Amino acid sequence: MPRVRVQEADFDAGRELEALTRGRTDVGAVASFVGLVRSDNDGHAIGAMTLEHYPGMTEKALEAICDEAHARWRLIDTLVIHRVGKLVPGDRIVLVGVASAHRGDAFAACEFIMDYLKTRAPFWKREDTAAGSRWVEARDSDETAAQRWKG
Amino acid sequence: MVTILYFAALRESLGCSREQVALPGGTATVSSLLEQLRNRNERWTEAFAPGKRWRVAVNQQMADPATPLKPGDEVAFFPPVTGG
Repeated sequence: MPRVRVQEADFDAGRELEALTRGRTDVGAVASFVGLVRSDNDGHAIGAMTLEHYPGMTEKALEAICDEAHARWRLIDTLVIHRVGKLVPGDRIVLVGVASAHRGDAFAACEFIMDYLKTRAPFWKREDTAAGSRWVEARDSDETAAQRWKG
Repeated sequence: MVTILYFAALRESLGCSREQVALPGGTATVSSLLEQLRNRNERWTEAFAPGKRWRVAVNQQMADPATPLKPGDEVAFFPPVTGG
């Protein structure tokens, strides 16, 4: 399976992480992150959200982020699955999995991949609330989180 | 000619998702293309007014106003991203 997948379908995090290390004996650590749709954002009740993306660029951007993680840490494998289309509160949005020999590399790379995904991968969320539908504004805190990996 | 793509809130406010545009004369950059688009009508002027936050990609790589453009390029304008 490719290490980057953009899909409408849900994923089974346990199965995906198991596949990441299947048949390997050099992996000592797997760190993962699962992002979910919350029912509340800045005080607005969310009924559903729709994720739009830029087909073609999205996959390239996620591949580039994984490549950068491999360049920065000693990693054995990485996996990013990001869903698009309509999602409701409680749905999984994103899975990042990182396999390495030691936990430090896996923890750091997993956080790095999420921080860069949040600021560099072309996805946009549109939320449906009781007051209507609105595009989610980018948060400065996400940019700040990504900036700390600079230098 | 270049292909321009618009995404998310920008696509909706412009009422356009994709178009073919002739490059401005001289040394074309994202900045000179944008100037040409802004001069089109109020809708484009407003969408790209000073203070509006937008991002640009050229051939599916993040770019900036100084990025040079050549015929056949794919230029995408979109709001700051909100995935994850």
